[in-house]
Amino acid sequence: MTLEPGLYHILFISTALFFTGVYGFFTRRNLITMLMSIELILNSVNLNFIAFNKYVWPGQLDGLFFTVFIIAIAAAEAAVAIAIIINLYRSHQSIDVDNAEELKY
Amino acid sequence: MPNATTIALIPLLPLAGFLLLGLFGRKYLKTSSGIVGTALLLTSTILALYTAYEYFFVYGKVNGIYQQLTPLKITWLEFSKGVSIDMGLMIDPISVMMLVVVTLVSLMVHIYSIGYMKGEERFSTYYAFLGLFTFSMLGLVLSSNIFQIYIFWELVGVSSFLLIGYYYSKPSAVAASKKAFIVTRFADLGFLIGILILSYCSGTLDFATLIQRLTSPESNEFKTAVTYSFLGISALSWGAALVFIGGAGKSAMFPLHIWLPDAMEGPTPVSALIHAATMVVAGVYLVARLFPVFAITTPAVLEIIGWVGAISAIIAAVIACTQTDIKRVLAYSTMSQIGYMMFALGVAKYGAEPALGYTASMFHLFTHAMFKALLFLGAGAVIHYVHSNEMNDMGGLRKYMPITHFTFLIACLAIAGVPPFAGFFSKEEILLAAYQDNMAIYWIALITSGITAFYMFRLYFTIFWNKPHHAHGEKHGEGGFVMMLPLVILGIGAAAAGFIPFGEYVSVDGRPLASHFHLQFSILPVALGLAGILLAMWLYFKQNDKPAKLASSLGGLYKAAYHKFYIDEIYLFVTKKILFNLVGRPAAWFDRNIVDGFINLTGNTTQAVSEGIKKIQSGKVQQYAIYFLGGVIVLAVLFIYIIK
Repeated sequence: MTLEPGLYHILFISTALFFTGVYGFFTRRNLITMLMSIELILNSVNLNFIAFNKYVWPGQLDGLFFTVFIIAIAAAEAAVAIAIIINLYRSHQSIDVDNAEELKY
Repeated sequence: MPNATTIALIPLLPLAGFLLLGLFGRKYLKTSSGIVGTALLLTSTILALYTAYEYFFVYGKVNGIYQQLTPLKITWLEFSKGVSIDMGLMIDPISVMMLVVVTLVSLMVHIYSIGYMKGEERFSTYYAFLGLFTFSMLGLVLSSNIFQIYIFWELVGVSSFLLIGYYYSKPSAVAASKKAFIVTRFADLGFLIGILILSYCSGTLDFATLIQRLTSPESNEFKTAVTYSFLGISALSWGAALVFIGGAGKSAMFPLHIWLPDAMEGPTPVSALIHAATMVVAGVYLVARLFPVFAITTPAVLEIIGWVGAISAIIAAVIACTQTDIKRVLAYSTMSQIGYMMFALGVAKYGAEPALGYTASMFHLFTHAMFKALLFLGAGAVIHYVHSNEMNDMGGLRKYMPITHFTFLIACLAIAGVPPFAGFFSKEEILLAAYQDNMAIYWIALITSGITAFYMFRLYFTIFWNKPHHAHGEKHGEGGFVMMLPLVILGIGAAAAGFIPFGEYVSVDGRPLASHFHLQFSILPVALGLAGILLAMWLYFKQNDKPAKLASSLGGLYKAAYHKFYIDEIYLFVTKKILFNLVGRPAAWFDRNIVDGFINLTGNTTQAVSEGIKKIQSGKVQQYAIYFLGGVIVLAVLFIYIIK
């Protein structure tokens, strides 16, 4: 018998992925790592969409499209974030998030 | 028919002068401002004289009655149907008479000031203010609407304020200008309430309609005005009395007269124009303008006017005897003479009998403008010569200032009521009017006329005779042609104005009034006047110690009069001690602690709260993320477990 993964398996993985991302986002000081954590969170959401689409409404494609959109937007967001990080690096010679504190002013 | 453009130009030319000199005078017309202002006013005067001629001799009289005409009326602000503020021109005997008086005296003052104010730093500003004043005063007398008159009323108040405070580096002048403004403003509050009451009762602001509605006993408006009452006095009487308070403030009637003597801080020509001949008689003019309304009130407001006028006349005359500042003597004299005009209106009856008092009052206004302006301008020439206002610094000036001496003498004779000078005729008519109506006021007036003669000749002898003049240092003349010309012109006016058959032209209903002249009646006032003159001559002709002895023998009375009967002190006591302590300070406390306290409380609370929560904004992205996550978790719990 082949081992067919069920909905709950996938939801478990996506939840684990989500909290890994959240944990990374909270604890890392390096902006690049924080960006990577955000990607993890986004991907956990993507997984959820795919899973629900496949198991709850198998005849439709809404979840897939959402996922495609999220991937596109995540790419754009990554480009912007990296641009910000590069600028921060140019002015502070560092990409430590603590240096971005002064942006509050 | 009257030409509206010609009449409108009379006030507008001085306004043009004000704008021109006010905007460009200081830069471009520094020395020629006087000429520019005078030229504009000369045109105005010619137009006014032309208008007066046309009105009195060409079109004004229809079927033997002088008509009230409104050649121009522009609705400026309409509140509701029939109630609107109009800008109009009203032509009737008293307004035309006032046009002539105002333009003529103003012209004299303009000419005189060219010499008197020469070399002043703010020469063109002075002329700008004079233009503003003349414009406002002419607007006031031409007003066809009670609210229009109020607007111009305030404008003359402002110009008076500006001109009293002309020497603004002198603290006393600043204080005097403030005092004048506040006292008259206070009285104007009464005027405003009076306007509101009268216009509410009559449903209009237009003079002609208002008078017509409020004086015909059949009209609904009149019935309403009489029915409404407050404290047992009808709304009509309240309205009239409150309007009179405004007039009393402007005309320096007791007890609102305290600003007038202080107003002498302004330049002397200004005192001649504003505080002797024109603005201060605005109150008399106002009462005359609304005379039919005053006459119909019960209880009679005219009675109050008569008594206020009589009391002002005698109090001011007594105070004038003791003052040593030449301008203050003249100021009290002005107040006394305006008192005459007021009680002349007060004793006039409207309706059955011919209102002799009304004509007499206007006649006295006319002659008084001539001789009082002359007295002030003469006093100005004297002050210019000796550089002092104090009578003690003067004396023996007759040889040094012959023209001033001669014209001053004419003015003194005129005000003392010596025939055949102008004051004699008008004063006789006033006394006759009082005699016919109220004996008590008649006797007060008679005594006042004796005192008037005394203090005027006290002034005259002290300035021009008494001790010999000690010429100090450089010699200079009387002040040149520009200063002497107005004196001569006004001197002719003061000598001859009495021969105008005034009753022919000005009367309350427009019908000619035969002039009353009884030889027997005149004997007593003239005798009293001459007695006053002789007494003054005995005391002041030569330097001696009789005045001092007399003063000390009168003791308390002299001291009280010298201190102006302590009226200023009473005012200070009432305002500083009573009003400030009982009203001012509690109000200030309430404002400082309750009102400000509430505002401060809101401010402080906001500040404290923001101080507490501002640490949340740390700038640390991850901290924000934790708040965000916390919020999401709370919402998730809320939606999943609590809100099902």
